[in-house]
Amino acid sequence: MENKDEKNGEQEQVVNPWEVSAKDGGKIDYDKLIDKFGCQKLDQSSSELSHVKRVERLTGRPAHVFLRRGVFFAHRDFDDILNAYERGEKFYLYTGRGPSSEALHLGHLVPFMFTKYLQDAFKVPLVIQLTDDEKCMWKNLSVEESQRLARENAKDIIACGFDISKTFIFSDFDYVGGAFYKNMVKVAKCVTYNKVVGIFGFTGEDHIGKVSFPPVQAVPSFPTSFPHLFSGKDNLRCLIPCAIDQDPYFRMTRDVAPRIGYHKPALIESSFFPALQGESGKMSASDPNSAIYVTDSAKDIKNKINKHAFTGGQESIEKHRKYGANLEVDIPIKYLNFFLEDDAELEHIKKEYGAGHMLTGEVKKRLIEILTELVERHQRARASVTEEMVDAFMAVRPLPNMFD
Amino acid sequence: MAYSKEQLLARLQELQIEFSKYEHPVVMTVEEQAKYVGNKGGALTKNLLLKDKKHRYYIVSALPHTKVDLKVLALRLGVGKGGLRMAPDNTLGEILQVPPGCVTPFALVNETARNVSLLLDQGFKTQDCCFFHPLSNDMSISLNTHGLDKFLKSIEKEPIYVDLEANPQVGKDQPGDLAAFVPSTSMVLPDPQENESSSQTLAGNQVSAVSADGKSMAVKAKADKPSSTSKNVKVQPANVAKSSLRSADIEKFVDEILEKTSTLFLSEITEDSIKQHGEKLGDVLGNSIRKHLTSDLRNLATIFKNIAYTEGFYAGTHHQPKRL
Repeated sequence: MENKDEKNGEQEQVVNPWEVSAKDGGKIDYDKLIDKFGCQKLDQSSSELSHVKRVERLTGRPAHVFLRRGVFFAHRDFDDILNAYERGEKFYLYTGRGPSSEALHLGHLVPFMFTKYLQDAFKVPLVIQLTDDEKCMWKNLSVEESQRLARENAKDIIACGFDISKTFIFSDFDYVGGAFYKNMVKVAKCVTYNKVVGIFGFTGEDHIGKVSFPPVQAVPSFPTSFPHLFSGKDNLRCLIPCAIDQDPYFRMTRDVAPRIGYHKPALIESSFFPALQGESGKMSASDPNSAIYVTDSAKDIKNKINKHAFTGGQESIEKHRKYGANLEVDIPIKYLNFFLEDDAELEHIKKEYGAGHMLTGEVKKRLIEILTELVERHQRARASVTEEMVDAFMAVRPLPNMFD
Repeated sequence: MAYSKEQLLARLQELQIEFSKYEHPVVMTVEEQAKYVGNKGGALTKNLLLKDKKHRYYIVSALPHTKVDLKVLALRLGVGKGGLRMAPDNTLGEILQVPPGCVTPFALVNETARNVSLLLDQGFKTQDCCFFHPLSNDMSISLNTHGLDKFLKSIEKEPIYVDLEANPQVGKDQPGDLAAFVPSTSMVLPDPQENESSSQTLAGNQVSAVSADGKSMAVKAKADKPSSTSKNVKVQPANVAKSSLRSADIEKFVDEILEKTSTLFLSEITEDSIKQHGEKLGDVLGNSIRKHLTSDLRNLATIFKNIAYTEGFYAGTHHQPKRL
């Protein structure tokens, strides 16, 4: 377990599903993380063989901003997925959310925005797991409250634009049982108590609910967990877009898969979305000013970016014009990296801002424009999501056109 | 069904109520409205649709500078501390049958708004006349309180003027002074969007009538789960201005596509661009449409598809088997 390493008095960075913190309150070292976890870096070079280029060729459309800019930067077996796809073998997508709060911010949307792109580009089905049981256990919510949050979050997820004819959303409390549970037991039999303690850091004080949870998040990687969707397609591969802190679950899953006769799921992993206060800041549900929420009004966004975004601009205009901005720590630039689609415009802004010709105010203004449009679009889509639509997305039903 | 602006104006004329009317582009806020009628003499008004925990609705109509404190109002109405919230956007359409940004006392003319309580700022009485929307945001009418009262009485509504800024003591021995104005019936909408499990609050919901001598029933607010952190009391009329598709309405869908496309056209066909591209302007526009609209229109179509599928799903799950 990646505990605080007290050797040499140094604090290592901590990255696991329940805690993410950098060394000495600095930035996360992603290269070190890839090394430690043992996943691969995505090839974003301009080479024709790079992942980005391959994806563009296979899908016949430009790669998503997050892929081009290295937001999704690591993977496991993404090549296998692409090779199989080239041969005409499809796959399905699996992602999820732990519904711990009603307030969703932009960082929460990132994996869903990318997954929607993958669904559209590759024309493949998607299962979305809402781990209400996990939050019930870890955040000590009541069963009813976690189920309610799951449904509320489902609405925001649906608002990201998933195609209902190719998407199955389920909550653990609703769906666990039957074939899904059978797979859970198969997985559980393959992971010793010691192993799970080693991966997730459980202690003797943790209740048995936590200890037996990991299989729940593992088995959506296996098509046989969804007989109403994939019956007869036992060999279907699975690609999991997620944030890199979820890697431990799937390391465990990949270890177990061949032992129970299944394909290892492939992963494509993203870096963390920075808080408004900077990389070392923490986005916290109790501090509304640490992030842009999907319920924010245009006024809120303007206010938050102008007053709370950490910038790399210099203290005075003269100094700024002389030295330029520190792009390494500038949050508006980092956010633009996520959300400004036009590569040329981003390059231009970085160049001018870094050289001190463009002022922080201008960069912020552009960001506010983009975020406002994004959030407003989301809110409009969200307003169209009815309870019936949530029921339909979550119904255990066949998806006959899921590969069309 | 729902009263139209024209019907309302005709009604006012029938009742011989004097009013002036001003047409203007659609406005969503008092500030915008001020741009067009701010200098026409007469006071603008801000109008809020509020809802309490028992699904009872209130229109509060006030002068723009009158402070309306929902917490104080809630206590004065006897609906419990923190019991008043801004009503969600969809209720404007469902109960008042007006578009967002258009709350107005005149909406009470609609059947669906029969149980909505109306609280008017006593400050109106000091004004020559006041501006309200006549069921549509592209017009404002101004009339004095006599006219407004006459109208309200004609729809069997007693005009109630209140000092909205007053903050009287409310306690066990002093019930809220506005308790008599709480609606006697609550309205639960067929498609509840709220967080509170509204079906549960409804189950034992008896008529919480308030006795005439003003003794209000202390409504104990159920310990609200942290459900309302983000679904807070902000009304966002400007953000959800374009009413979102709620049913698989083909006309609305096509209208929105055409609107986006023509907006793009209009912005791109300028003197400069004609000079610049000449005959090729057609090609340039074609490319521009693809570049800027593809993702937008796809998103729109996905929403439409999801709505249509949901309607089919609902029909399927509720269909009755053929009788043999």
